Amino acid sequence: MASTRERLRPYRAVLASRARSQRAYRTSFALDLGGSLLVGLVELAEIWVLFSNVTTLGGMSFHQILLVFGLADLAFSLADLFFGHVDTLPAFLRAGTLDAFYLRPQPILLQLITSDISLRRLARAAVGAAALGVGLATSGVSWSPRTAVLVPLSLVSGYATFAALFVWAAGLQFFLLDGSEMTNAFVYGGRYAATQPASVWSRPLKLVFGFFFPMAFTAYLPAVTMLGLPSPQWLPAWLGWCAPAAAAWSWLMALLCWRWGLRHYQGGGG
Amino acid sequence: MSGASNSGAIIETDGLTREFRVRDGKRRRVLTAVDGLTVRIEPGEAVGYIGANGAGKSTTIKMLTGILVPTAGRVLTCGLRPVPDRRRLARQVGVVFGQRSQLWWDLPVRESFRILAAIHSLARAEEASRTAELVEQLELASFLSVPVRQLSLGQRMRAEVAAALLHSPRLVILDEPTIGLDVLSKQRLREFLIGERRLHGTTLLLTTHDMGDVERLCNRILVIDHGRLAYDGDLPGLSRTVGAERVLVVDLAEPMPDLTGLDSARHLSSEAGGLRQRLAFDAEQTTAAKVLAAVSDKAQVLDFTMEEPDIEDVVRRIYAASR
Repeated sequence: MASTRERLRPYRAVLASRARSQRAYRTSFALDLGGSLLVGLVELAEIWVLFSNVTTLGGMSFHQILLVFGLADLAFSLADLFFGHVDTLPAFLRAGTLDAFYLRPQPILLQLITSDISLRRLARAAVGAAALGVGLATSGVSWSPRTAVLVPLSLVSGYATFAALFVWAAGLQFFLLDGSEMTNAFVYGGRYAATQPASVWSRPLKLVFGFFFPMAFTAYLPAVTMLGLPSPQWLPAWLGWCAPAAAAWSWLMALLCWRWGLRHYQGGGG
Repeated sequence: MSGASNSGAIIETDGLTREFRVRDGKRRRVLTAVDGLTVRIEPGEAVGYIGANGAGKSTTIKMLTGILVPTAGRVLTCGLRPVPDRRRLARQVGVVFGQRSQLWWDLPVRESFRILAAIHSLARAEEASRTAELVEQLELASFLSVPVRQLSLGQRMRAEVAAALLHSPRLVILDEPTIGLDVLSKQRLREFLIGERRLHGTTLLLTTHDMGDVERLCNRILVIDHGRLAYDGDLPGLSRTVGAERVLVVDLAEPMPDLTGLDSARHLSSEAGGLRQRLAFDAEQTTAAKVLAAVSDKAQVLDFTMEEPDIEDVVRRIYAASR
Protein backbone atom coordinates (compact mmCIF):
# COMPACT_ATOMS: atom_id res chain seq x y z
CA MET A 1 0.00 0.00 0.00
CA ALA A 2 1.27 3.47 -0.77
CA SER A 3 2.36 5.54 2.20
CA THR A 4 0.23 8.47 3.36
CA ARG A 5 2.91 10.82 2.09
CA GLU A 6 2.70 9.30 -1.36
CA ARG A 7 -1.09 9.38 -1.26
CA LEU A 8 -1.07 13.10 -0.44
CA ARG A 9 1.50 13.92 -3.12
CA PRO A 10 -1.03 14.81 -5.87
CA TYR A 11 -2.93 17.26 -3.64
CA ARG A 12 0.27 18.79 -2.25
CA ALA A 13 1.67 19.30 -5.75
CA VAL A 14 -1.42 21.19 -6.97
CA LEU A 15 -1.89 23.30 -3.84
CA ALA A 16 1.79 24.25 -3.59
CA SER A 17 1.84 25.41 -7.20
CA ARG A 18 -1.41 27.38 -6.78
CA ALA A 19 0.01 29.09 -3.70
CA ARG A 20 3.29 29.83 -5.48
CA SER A 21 1.60 31.33 -8.51
CA GLN A 22 -0.57 33.61 -6.33
CA ARG A 23 2.48 35.01 -4.59
CA ALA A 24 4.53 35.27 -7.78
CA TYR A 25 3.51 38.86 -8.49
CA ARG A 26 4.11 40.72 -5.26
CA THR A 27 2.21 43.90 -6.10
CA SER A 28 -0.82 42.04 -7.31
CA PHE A 29 -0.77 39.76 -4.29
CA ALA A 30 -0.47 42.77 -1.97
CA LEU A 31 -3.47 44.39 -3.70
CA ASP A 32 -5.45 41.16 -3.33
CA LEU A 33 -4.63 41.04 0.36
CA GLY A 34 -5.55 44.72 0.72
CA GLY A 35 -8.90 44.20 -0.99
CA SER A 36 -9.71 41.24 1.17
CA LEU A 37 -8.70 43.18 4.30
CA LEU A 38 -11.04 45.98 3.28
CA VAL A 39 -13.99 43.59 2.88
CA GLY A 40 -13.33 42.23 6.38
CA LEU A 41 -13.10 45.73 7.86
CA VAL A 42 -16.30 46.91 6.16
CA GLU A 43 -18.18 43.98 7.62
CA LEU A 44 -16.77 44.74 11.03
CA ALA A 45 -17.66 48.42 10.64
CA GLU A 46 -21.26 47.43 10.00
CA ILE A 47 -21.51 46.15 13.56
CA TRP A 48 -19.76 49.19 14.92
CA VAL A 49 -22.21 51.49 13.09
CA LEU A 50 -25.12 49.47 14.44
CA PHE A 51 -23.84 49.85 17.97
CA SER A 52 -23.44 53.59 17.66
CA ASN A 53 -27.26 53.59 17.70
CA VAL A 54 -28.04 50.85 20.20
CA THR A 55 -26.31 49.55 23.29
CA THR A 56 -27.41 45.95 23.14
CA LEU A 57 -28.55 43.65 20.36
CA GLY A 58 -30.33 40.41 21.16
CA GLY A 59 -29.12 40.68 24.73
CA MET A 60 -25.49 41.17 23.77
CA SER A 61 -23.18 44.15 24.18
CA PHE A 62 -20.82 45.43 21.49
CA HIS A 63 -17.90 43.45 22.92
CA GLN A 64 -19.96 40.29 23.15
CA ILE A 65 -21.05 40.69 19.54
CA LEU A 66 -17.38 41.12 18.65
CA LEU A 67 -16.81 37.67 20.12
CA VAL A 68 -19.60 36.20 17.96
CA PHE A 69 -18.36 38.07 14.88
CA GLY A 70 -14.76 36.98 15.50
CA LEU A 71 -15.61 33.31 15.93
CA ALA A 72 -17.84 33.24 12.86
CA ASP A 73 -15.70 35.36 10.59
CA LEU A 74 -12.42 33.62 11.39
CA ALA A 75 -14.00 30.22 10.76
CA PHE A 76 -15.68 31.43 7.55
CA SER A 77 -12.56 33.13 6.16
CA LEU A 78 -10.48 30.00 6.67
CA ALA A 79 -13.17 27.85 5.07
CA ASP A 80 -13.37 30.34 2.19
CA LEU A 81 -9.58 30.15 1.81
CA PHE A 82 -9.61 26.40 1.27
CA PHE A 83 -13.13 25.76 -0.07
CA GLY A 84 -14.38 29.04 -1.58
CA HIS A 85 -13.70 28.03 -5.20
CA VAL A 86 -15.78 24.86 -4.80
CA ASP A 87 -19.08 26.70 -5.16
CA THR A 88 -18.05 28.12 -8.55
CA LEU A 89 -18.73 24.66 -9.94
CA PRO A 90 -20.45 25.86 -13.15
CA ALA A 91 -17.16 27.50 -14.17
CA PHE A 92 -15.42 24.15 -13.74
CA LEU A 93 -18.15 22.46 -15.78
CA ARG A 94 -17.90 24.98 -18.59
CA ALA A 95 -14.11 24.80 -18.78
CA GLY A 96 -14.21 20.99 -18.89
CA THR A 97 -12.09 20.83 -15.74
CA LEU A 98 -14.50 18.42 -14.13
CA ASP A 99 -14.11 15.99 -17.04
CA ALA A 100 -10.35 16.24 -16.59
CA PHE A 101 -10.81 15.24 -12.93
CA TYR A 102 -12.52 12.05 -14.12
CA LEU A 103 -9.35 11.09 -15.98
CA ARG A 104 -7.22 11.21 -12.84
CA PRO A 105 -7.02 8.49 -10.22
CA GLN A 106 -8.28 10.53 -7.25
CA PRO A 107 -11.80 11.10 -5.91
CA ILE A 108 -13.53 13.92 -7.82
CA LEU A 109 -14.52 15.96 -4.75
CA LEU A 110 -11.04 15.82 -3.24
CA GLN A 111 -9.57 16.97 -6.55
CA LEU A 112 -12.05 19.83 -6.72
CA ILE A 113 -11.35 20.96 -3.15
CA THR A 114 -7.58 20.84 -3.60
CA SER A 115 -7.63 22.38 -7.07
CA ASP A 116 -7.23 25.90 -5.72
CA ILE A 117 -6.59 28.00 -2.63
CA SER A 118 -7.23 31.72 -2.06
CA LEU A 119 -4.34 33.05 -0.03
CA ARG A 120 -5.76 36.58 -0.11
CA ARG A 121 -8.42 35.46 2.35
CA LEU A 122 -5.68 35.38 4.98
CA ALA A 123 -6.17 39.15 5.33
CA ARG A 124 -9.83 38.68 6.10
CA ALA A 125 -9.06 35.89 8.51
CA ALA A 126 -6.75 38.33 10.28
CA VAL A 127 -9.69 40.72 10.80
CA GLY A 128 -11.72 37.84 12.22
CA ALA A 129 -8.85 36.78 14.48
CA ALA A 130 -8.39 40.34 15.76
CA ALA A 131 -12.12 40.68 16.47
CA LEU A 132 -12.07 37.36 18.26
CA GLY A 133 -9.03 38.39 20.34
CA VAL A 134 -10.64 41.67 21.41
CA GLY A 135 -13.96 39.95 22.00
CA LEU A 136 -12.41 37.28 24.20
CA ALA A 137 -10.47 39.87 26.20
CA THR A 138 -13.25 42.41 26.76
CA SER A 139 -16.62 40.65 26.65
CA GLY A 140 -16.43 39.21 30.17
CA VAL A 141 -15.91 35.58 29.22
CA SER A 142 -15.72 33.51 32.38
CA TRP A 143 -12.38 31.79 31.92
CA SER A 144 -12.22 28.15 32.87
CA PRO A 145 -10.80 24.94 31.40
CA ARG A 146 -14.22 24.48 29.79
CA THR A 147 -13.93 27.80 27.97
CA ALA A 148 -10.40 26.97 26.89
CA VAL A 149 -11.78 23.83 25.24
CA LEU A 150 -14.89 25.50 23.84
CA VAL A 151 -13.05 28.22 21.87
CA PRO A 152 -10.97 25.90 19.65
CA LEU A 153 -13.85 23.41 19.49
CA SER A 154 -16.22 25.99 18.08
CA LEU A 155 -13.59 27.37 15.70
CA VAL A 156 -12.84 23.95 14.24
CA SER A 157 -16.54 23.03 14.05
CA GLY A 158 -17.41 26.40 12.54
CA TYR A 159 -14.70 25.97 9.93
CA ALA A 160 -16.03 22.50 9.08
CA THR A 161 -19.62 23.77 8.93
CA PHE A 162 -18.79 26.60 6.54
CA ALA A 163 -16.63 24.29 4.43
CA ALA A 164 -19.58 21.90 4.19
CA LEU A 165 -21.77 24.81 3.08
CA PHE A 166 -19.53 25.39 0.06
CA VAL A 167 -19.64 21.69 -0.89
CA TRP A 168 -23.40 21.65 -0.32
CA ALA A 169 -23.74 24.60 -2.71
CA ALA A 170 -21.54 22.86 -5.29
CA GLY A 171 -23.69 19.73 -5.17
CA LEU A 172 -26.81 21.78 -5.86
CA GLN A 173 -25.15 23.67 -8.70
CA PHE A 174 -25.07 20.50 -10.79
CA PHE A 175 -28.81 21.06 -11.11
CA LEU A 176 -28.85 24.85 -11.15
CA LEU A 177 -26.22 25.80 -13.70
CA ASP A 178 -26.86 29.46 -13.03
CA GLY A 179 -27.88 28.75 -9.49
CA SER A 180 -25.11 30.50 -7.62
CA GLU A 181 -27.64 33.26 -6.85
CA MET A 182 -29.68 30.73 -4.98
CA THR A 183 -26.81 29.01 -3.21
CA ASN A 184 -25.19 32.34 -2.34
CA ALA A 185 -28.31 33.04 -0.30
CA PHE A 186 -27.42 30.33 2.15
CA VAL A 187 -23.62 30.43 1.81
CA TYR A 188 -23.13 34.18 2.24
CA GLY A 189 -26.49 34.72 3.90
CA GLY A 190 -25.42 31.98 6.29
CA ARG A 191 -22.13 33.69 6.99
CA TYR A 192 -23.95 36.93 7.74
CA ALA A 193 -26.45 35.17 9.97
CA ALA A 194 -23.61 33.47 11.82
CA THR A 195 -22.14 36.82 12.86
CA GLN A 196 -25.44 37.94 14.39
CA PRO A 197 -27.06 36.90 17.67
CA ALA A 198 -29.65 34.23 16.89
CA SER A 199 -31.88 35.64 19.61
CA VAL A 200 -33.01 38.42 17.27
CA TRP A 201 -34.00 36.04 14.48
CA SER A 202 -37.61 35.40 13.63
CA ARG A 203 -38.92 31.87 14.06
CA PRO A 204 -38.57 30.81 10.40
CA LEU A 205 -35.04 32.17 10.40
CA LYS A 206 -34.28 30.24 13.58
CA LEU A 207 -35.39 27.07 11.86
CA VAL A 208 -33.43 27.72 8.68
CA PHE A 209 -30.19 29.11 10.09
CA GLY A 210 -30.51 27.61 13.56
CA PHE A 211 -30.91 24.01 12.49
CA PHE A 212 -31.14 23.28 8.76
CA PHE A 213 -28.06 25.32 7.90
CA PRO A 214 -26.71 25.28 11.46
CA MET A 215 -25.20 28.77 11.51
CA ALA A 216 -26.12 29.51 15.12
CA PHE A 217 -23.77 26.70 16.15
CA THR A 218 -20.70 28.26 14.56
CA ALA A 219 -20.45 31.27 16.87
CA TYR A 220 -23.56 32.46 18.68
CA LEU A 221 -24.41 29.38 20.73
CA PRO A 222 -20.81 28.72 21.85
CA ALA A 223 -20.53 32.44 22.74
CA VAL A 224 -23.70 32.26 24.84
CA THR A 225 -22.20 29.31 26.70
CA MET A 226 -18.83 31.05 27.18
CA LEU A 227 -20.51 34.19 28.47
CA GLY A 228 -23.06 32.38 30.61
CA LEU A 229 -25.90 34.40 29.09
CA PRO A 230 -29.56 33.37 29.37
CA SER A 231 -30.42 31.20 26.39
CA PRO A 232 -33.04 32.28 23.85
CA GLN A 233 -36.23 30.45 22.99
CA TRP A 234 -35.71 27.09 21.18
CA LEU A 235 -31.95 27.29 21.65
CA PRO A 236 -30.92 25.97 25.12
CA ALA A 237 -27.43 26.83 26.35
CA TRP A 238 -26.05 23.30 26.20
CA LEU A 239 -26.37 23.51 22.43
CA GLY A 240 -23.15 25.54 22.59
CA TRP A 241 -21.32 22.24 23.00
CA CYS A 242 -23.05 20.68 20.01
CA ALA A 243 -21.12 22.57 17.32
CA PRO A 244 -19.36 19.33 16.22
CA ALA A 245 -22.75 17.68 15.72
CA ALA A 246 -23.84 20.64 13.59
CA ALA A 247 -20.67 20.28 11.52
CA ALA A 248 -21.30 16.56 11.08
CA TRP A 249 -24.89 17.24 9.98
CA SER A 250 -23.69 19.84 7.48
CA TRP A 251 -21.15 17.43 6.00
CA LEU A 252 -23.74 14.69 5.80
CA MET A 253 -26.04 16.95 3.81
CA ALA A 254 -23.14 18.32 1.74
CA LEU A 255 -21.91 14.87 0.76
CA LEU A 256 -25.44 13.68 -0.02
CA CYS A 257 -26.00 16.69 -2.27
CA TRP A 258 -22.60 16.26 -3.89
CA ARG A 259 -23.25 12.60 -4.61
CA TRP A 260 -26.68 13.35 -5.90
CA GLY A 261 -25.30 16.12 -8.13
CA LEU A 262 -22.47 13.98 -9.46
CA ARG A 263 -24.90 11.19 -10.34
CA HIS A 264 -27.05 13.71 -12.14
CA TYR A 265 -23.99 14.89 -14.07
CA GLN A 266 -23.07 11.36 -15.10
CA GLY A 267 -26.69 10.68 -15.90
CA GLY A 268 -26.89 7.59 -13.74
CA GLY A 269 -30.21 8.51 -12.20
CA GLY A 270 -30.71 10.76 -9.19
CA MET B 1 -1.83 -3.86 -12.13
CA SER B 2 -5.11 -5.60 -12.52
CA GLY B 3 -4.81 -9.10 -13.84
CA ALA B 4 -7.97 -9.10 -15.90
CA SER B 5 -6.85 -6.30 -18.12
CA ASN B 6 -3.76 -7.95 -19.58
CA SER B 7 -5.65 -10.40 -21.70
CA GLY B 8 -8.54 -9.90 -24.05
CA ALA B 9 -9.92 -6.78 -25.64
CA ILE B 10 -8.87 -3.31 -24.56
CA ILE B 11 -12.28 -1.92 -25.39
CA GLU B 12 -15.38 -4.06 -25.44
CA THR B 13 -18.90 -2.73 -25.73
CA ASP B 14 -22.12 -4.62 -26.08
CA GLY B 15 -25.28 -2.80 -27.02
CA LEU B 16 -23.88 0.37 -25.51
CA THR B 17 -26.60 3.00 -25.49
CA ARG B 18 -26.92 6.48 -24.11
CA GLU B 19 -30.01 8.61 -24.15
CA PHE B 20 -30.39 12.22 -23.15
CA ARG B 21 -33.59 13.88 -22.08
CA VAL B 22 -33.75 17.23 -23.77
CA ARG B 23 -36.26 19.97 -23.49
CA ASP B 24 -37.55 21.01 -26.86
CA GLY B 25 -39.60 24.08 -26.22
CA LYS B 26 -42.18 22.89 -23.74
CA ARG B 27 -41.99 19.25 -24.73
CA ARG B 28 -39.48 16.82 -23.40
CA ARG B 29 -38.08 14.28 -25.75
CA VAL B 30 -35.46 11.59 -25.60
CA LEU B 31 -32.42 11.91 -27.81
CA THR B 32 -30.39 8.77 -28.42
CA ALA B 33 -26.76 9.84 -28.74
CA VAL B 34 -25.30 6.33 -28.88
CA ASP B 35 -27.54 3.53 -30.02
CA GLY B 36 -26.65 -0.11 -29.39
CA LEU B 37 -22.93 0.18 -30.11
CA THR B 38 -21.23 -3.22 -30.13
CA VAL B 39 -17.53 -3.14 -30.85
CA ARG B 40 -14.34 -4.91 -29.78
CA ILE B 41 -10.90 -3.35 -30.02
CA GLU B 42 -7.77 -5.42 -29.42
CA PRO B 43 -4.60 -4.15 -27.74
CA GLY B 44 -2.24 -2.43 -30.18
CA GLU B 45 -4.86 -1.42 -32.70
CA ALA B 46 -5.09 2.12 -34.03
CA VAL B 47 -8.72 2.96 -34.58
CA GLY B 48 -10.18 6.01 -36.26
CA TYR B 49 -13.59 6.80 -34.82
CA ILE B 50 -15.28 9.06 -37.29
CA GLY B 51 -18.67 10.61 -37.77
CA ALA B 52 -20.34 13.95 -38.30
CA ASN B 53 -20.73 16.46 -35.50
CA GLY B 54 -23.27 15.19 -33.01
CA ALA B 55 -23.01 11.60 -34.27
CA GLY B 56 -22.18 10.35 -30.76
CA LYS B 57 -18.37 10.27 -30.74
CA SER B 58 -17.81 12.33 -27.61
CA THR B 59 -20.62 10.58 -25.77
CA THR B 60 -18.95 7.24 -26.53
CA ILE B 61 -15.60 8.50 -25.24
CA LYS B 62 -17.24 9.76 -22.07
CA MET B 63 -18.79 6.34 -21.48
CA LEU B 64 -15.48 4.59 -22.17
CA THR B 65 -13.74 6.74 -19.55
CA GLY B 66 -16.41 6.66 -16.85
CA ILE B 67 -17.58 10.26 -17.18
CA LEU B 68 -21.04 9.23 -18.35
CA VAL B 69 -23.13 6.29 -17.19
CA PRO B 70 -24.61 4.28 -20.09
CA THR B 71 -28.39 4.13 -20.34
CA ALA B 72 -28.14 0.51 -21.46
CA GLY B 73 -25.58 -2.03 -22.57
CA ARG B 74 -22.18 -3.06 -21.29
CA VAL B 75 -18.77 -1.49 -21.60
CA LEU B 76 -15.34 -2.69 -20.50
CA THR B 77 -12.27 -0.52 -20.96
CA CYS B 78 -8.91 -2.16 -20.24
CA GLY B 79 -10.98 -4.97 -18.73
CA LEU B 80 -12.50 -2.58 -16.18
CA ARG B 81 -15.98 -1.16 -15.75
CA PRO B 82 -15.42 2.55 -16.35
CA VAL B 83 -17.81 3.99 -13.77
CA PRO B 84 -17.19 1.86 -10.67
CA ASP B 85 -13.49 1.27 -11.50
CA ARG B 86 -12.82 4.81 -12.69
CA ARG B 87 -9.80 5.44 -10.49
CA ARG B 88 -8.03 2.24 -11.50
CA LEU B 89 -8.92 2.85 -15.12
CA ALA B 90 -7.47 6.38 -15.01
CA ARG B 91 -4.01 4.87 -14.48
CA GLN B 92 -4.25 2.95 -17.75
CA VAL B 93 -5.94 5.47 -20.04
CA GLY B 94 -4.76 8.82 -21.39
CA VAL B 95 -7.22 11.20 -23.02
CA VAL B 96 -6.56 14.27 -25.14
CA PHE B 97 -9.48 16.61 -25.73
CA GLY B 98 -8.51 18.84 -28.64
CA GLN B 99 -10.90 21.57 -27.56
CA ARG B 100 -10.28 21.48 -23.83
CA SER B 101 -7.09 21.83 -21.91
CA GLN B 102 -5.98 19.51 -19.17
CA LEU B 103 -2.99 21.68 -18.40
CA TRP B 104 -2.82 24.47 -15.84
CA TRP B 105 -3.40 27.63 -17.81
CA ASP B 106 -1.16 29.94 -15.78
CA LEU B 107 1.65 27.49 -15.08
CA PRO B 108 4.72 26.68 -17.15
CA VAL B 109 4.45 23.44 -19.14
CA ARG B 110 7.15 21.84 -17.00
CA GLU B 111 5.16 22.57 -13.83
CA SER B 112 2.02 20.96 -15.31
CA PHE B 113 4.02 17.81 -16.06
CA ARG B 114 5.39 17.76 -12.51
CA ILE B 115 1.88 17.98 -11.05
CA LEU B 116 0.57 15.28 -13.38
CA ALA B 117 3.47 13.01 -12.41
CA ALA B 118 2.44 13.51 -8.78
CA ILE B 119 -1.20 12.84 -9.66
CA HIS B 120 -0.24 9.55 -11.28
CA SER B 121 2.22 8.70 -8.50
CA LEU B 122 5.15 8.28 -10.85
CA ALA B 123 8.43 7.48 -9.11
CA ARG B 124 11.04 10.24 -9.50
CA ALA B 125 13.21 8.23 -11.87
CA GLU B 126 10.21 7.20 -13.98
CA GLU B 127 8.99 10.79 -14.06
CA ALA B 128 12.37 12.07 -15.20
CA SER B 129 12.90 9.49 -17.94
CA ARG B 130 9.35 9.65 -19.33
CA THR B 131 9.32 13.46 -19.29
CA ALA B 132 12.68 13.52 -21.09
CA GLU B 133 11.39 11.03 -23.67
CA LEU B 134 8.24 13.04 -24.40
CA VAL B 135 10.06 16.37 -24.43
CA GLU B 136 12.49 15.03 -26.99
CA GLN B 137 9.98 13.29 -29.24
CA LEU B 138 7.38 16.05 -29.20
CA GLU B 139 10.05 18.77 -29.36
CA LEU B 140 8.85 20.62 -26.29
CA ALA B 141 12.23 21.76 -24.94
CA SER B 142 12.02 25.31 -26.33
CA PHE B 143 8.83 26.21 -24.44
CA LEU B 144 8.98 24.11 -21.28
CA SER B 145 9.18 27.15 -19.03
CA VAL B 146 6.48 29.13 -20.87
CA PRO B 147 3.02 29.39 -19.24
CA VAL B 148 0.46 27.33 -21.13
CA ARG B 149 -1.72 30.36 -21.96
CA GLN B 150 1.15 31.84 -24.01
CA LEU B 151 1.66 28.79 -26.24
CA SER B 152 0.63 28.61 -29.87
CA LEU B 153 -2.07 26.08 -30.68
CA GLY B 154 0.45 23.65 -32.15
CA GLN B 155 2.69 23.90 -29.09
CA ARG B 156 -0.23 23.52 -26.73
CA MET B 157 -1.53 20.41 -28.49
CA ARG B 158 1.90 18.79 -28.28
CA ALA B 159 2.01 19.65 -24.58
CA GLU B 160 -1.51 18.24 -24.13
CA VAL B 161 -0.51 14.99 -25.79
CA ALA B 162 2.60 14.72 -23.63
CA ALA B 163 0.46 15.40 -20.54
CA ALA B 164 -1.98 12.63 -21.44
CA LEU B 165 0.82 10.15 -22.15
CA LEU B 166 3.04 10.96 -19.16
CA HIS B 167 1.83 7.97 -17.17
CA SER B 168 2.42 5.61 -20.12
CA PRO B 169 -1.22 4.59 -20.58
CA ARG B 170 -2.04 1.38 -22.47
CA LEU B 171 -4.91 3.11 -24.22
CA VAL B 172 -4.75 6.63 -25.60
CA ILE B 173 -7.96 8.32 -26.68
CA LEU B 174 -7.60 11.46 -28.76
CA ASP B 175 -10.62 13.64 -29.45
CA GLU B 176 -9.88 15.83 -32.50
CA PRO B 177 -6.14 16.02 -31.78
CA THR B 178 -5.20 17.83 -35.00
CA ILE B 179 -8.05 20.32 -35.20
CA GLY B 180 -6.78 23.74 -36.18
CA LEU B 181 -3.15 22.65 -36.52
CA ASP B 182 -0.95 23.68 -39.43
CA VAL B 183 0.42 21.04 -41.80
CA LEU B 184 3.80 20.76 -40.10
CA SER B 185 2.33 20.45 -36.58
CA LYS B 186 -0.11 17.80 -37.79
CA GLN B 187 2.70 15.84 -39.36
CA ARG B 188 4.87 16.00 -36.24
CA LEU B 189 2.02 14.87 -34.05
CA ARG B 190 1.16 11.97 -36.35
CA GLU B 191 4.78 10.86 -36.50
CA PHE B 192 4.98 10.95 -32.74
CA LEU B 193 1.84 8.84 -32.35
CA ILE B 194 3.09 6.30 -34.89
CA GLY B 195 6.39 6.05 -32.98
CA GLU B 196 4.68 5.78 -29.59
CA ARG B 197 2.53 2.96 -30.87
CA ARG B 198 5.47 1.10 -32.42
CA LEU B 199 7.65 1.54 -29.33
CA HIS B 200 5.14 0.83 -26.54
CA GLY B 201 2.35 -1.06 -28.30
CA THR B 202 -0.08 1.65 -27.22
CA THR B 203 -3.65 1.31 -28.44
CA LEU B 204 -4.96 4.44 -30.15
CA LEU B 205 -8.55 5.54 -30.52
CA LEU B 206 -8.99 8.85 -32.23
CA THR B 207 -11.88 10.92 -33.42
CA THR B 208 -11.13 13.29 -36.24
CA HIS B 209 -12.50 15.22 -39.16
CA ASP B 210 -9.17 14.95 -40.93
CA MET B 211 -8.94 12.08 -43.41
CA GLY B 212 -5.17 12.48 -43.33
CA ASP B 213 -5.12 11.46 -39.65
CA VAL B 214 -7.08 8.33 -40.50
CA GLU B 215 -4.94 7.43 -43.51
CA ARG B 216 -1.62 7.82 -41.75
CA LEU B 217 -2.46 6.63 -38.26
CA CYS B 218 -5.25 4.10 -38.31
CA ASN B 219 -5.45 0.49 -39.37
CA ARG B 220 -9.14 0.32 -38.61
CA ILE B 221 -12.03 2.70 -39.00
CA LEU B 222 -15.32 2.87 -37.19
CA VAL B 223 -17.93 5.17 -38.65
CA ILE B 224 -20.72 6.24 -36.34
CA ASP B 225 -23.83 7.89 -37.64
CA HIS B 226 -26.78 8.98 -35.53
CA GLY B 227 -25.36 6.89 -32.69
CA ARG B 228 -25.14 3.71 -34.74
CA LEU B 229 -22.14 1.91 -36.09
CA ALA B 230 -22.30 2.44 -39.85
CA TYR B 231 -18.97 0.92 -40.84
CA ASP B 232 -16.22 -1.18 -39.24
CA GLY B 233 -13.21 -2.05 -41.35
CA ASP B 234 -10.11 -0.66 -43.06
CA LEU B 235 -9.72 2.46 -45.19
CA PRO B 236 -9.63 0.84 -48.66
CA GLY B 237 -12.79 -1.03 -47.69
CA LEU B 238 -14.38 2.24 -46.65
CA SER B 239 -13.49 3.85 -49.97
CA ARG B 240 -14.92 0.81 -51.78
CA THR B 241 -18.10 0.98 -49.73
CA VAL B 242 -18.74 4.62 -50.43
CA GLY B 243 -17.17 4.60 -53.88
CA ALA B 244 -15.30 7.71 -52.89
CA GLU B 245 -13.59 9.39 -55.76
CA ARG B 246 -10.13 10.76 -55.30
CA VAL B 247 -9.25 14.18 -56.60
CA LEU B 248 -6.04 15.12 -58.43
CA VAL B 249 -5.22 18.82 -58.65
CA VAL B 250 -2.82 19.79 -61.44
CA ASP B 251 -1.02 23.11 -61.98
CA LEU B 252 -0.35 23.66 -65.66
CA ALA B 253 2.35 25.72 -67.42
CA GLU B 254 -0.22 27.54 -69.58
CA PRO B 255 -3.93 28.24 -69.27
CA MET B 256 -5.86 25.39 -70.85
CA PRO B 257 -9.50 24.82 -71.66
CA ASP B 258 -11.23 22.45 -69.23
CA LEU B 259 -9.76 18.94 -69.50
CA THR B 260 -13.07 17.26 -70.08
CA GLY B 261 -12.07 14.64 -72.61
CA LEU B 262 -10.12 12.24 -70.37
CA ASP B 263 -11.13 8.56 -70.20
CA SER B 264 -9.80 7.96 -66.71
CA ALA B 265 -10.92 11.11 -64.94
CA ARG B 266 -13.75 13.57 -64.74
CA HIS B 267 -13.19 17.32 -64.79
CA LEU B 268 -14.50 19.02 -61.63
CA SER B 269 -13.42 22.65 -61.81
CA SER B 270 -10.83 25.09 -63.13
CA GLU B 271 -9.16 28.07 -61.53
CA ALA B 272 -7.04 30.95 -62.81
CA GLY B 273 -8.38 30.62 -66.33
CA GLY B 274 -7.45 26.95 -66.55
CA LEU B 275 -3.99 27.11 -64.93
CA ARG B 276 -5.21 24.88 -62.08
CA GLN B 277 -7.70 22.11 -62.70
CA ARG B 278 -9.32 19.56 -60.40
CA LEU B 279 -9.92 16.05 -61.73
CA ALA B 280 -11.86 13.28 -60.01
CA PHE B 281 -11.12 9.61 -60.62
CA ASP B 282 -12.18 6.27 -59.25
CA ALA B 283 -9.28 4.71 -57.35
CA GLU B 284 -10.63 1.23 -58.11
CA GLN B 285 -10.46 1.70 -61.88
CA THR B 286 -7.28 3.66 -62.36
CA THR B 287 -4.38 5.27 -60.51
CA ALA B 288 -3.26 8.83 -59.93
CA ALA B 289 -0.18 8.11 -62.06
CA LYS B 290 -2.30 7.09 -65.06
CA VAL B 291 -4.46 10.18 -64.76
CA LEU B 292 -1.36 12.33 -64.51
CA ALA B 293 0.08 10.69 -67.61
CA ALA B 294 -3.14 11.33 -69.51
CA VAL B 295 -3.05 14.99 -68.51
CA SER B 296 0.63 15.26 -69.47
CA ASP B 297 -0.26 14.18 -73.01
CA LYS B 298 -2.42 17.26 -73.35
CA ALA B 299 -0.57 19.87 -71.30
CA GLN B 300 2.65 20.53 -69.45
CA VAL B 301 2.14 19.79 -65.74
CA LEU B 302 4.21 21.93 -63.35
CA ASP B 303 2.91 20.54 -60.06
CA PHE B 304 0.17 18.32 -58.67
CA THR B 305 -1.45 17.47 -55.34
CA MET B 306 -4.00 14.94 -54.14
CA GLU B 307 -7.03 16.20 -52.27
CA GLU B 308 -8.01 14.20 -49.22
CA PRO B 309 -11.57 12.91 -49.29
CA ASP B 310 -13.69 14.91 -46.91
CA ILE B 311 -14.84 12.94 -43.89
CA GLU B 312 -18.20 14.61 -43.81
CA ASP B 313 -18.64 13.53 -47.41
CA VAL B 314 -17.62 9.93 -46.67
CA VAL B 315 -20.02 9.78 -43.75
CA ARG B 316 -22.80 11.28 -45.82
CA ARG B 317 -22.28 8.65 -48.52
CA ILE B 318 -22.21 5.83 -45.97
CA TYR B 319 -25.41 7.09 -44.48
CA ALA B 320 -27.01 7.33 -47.88
CA ALA B 321 -25.80 3.82 -48.76
CA SER B 322 -27.11 2.24 -45.57
CA ARG B 323 -30.61 3.61 -46.03
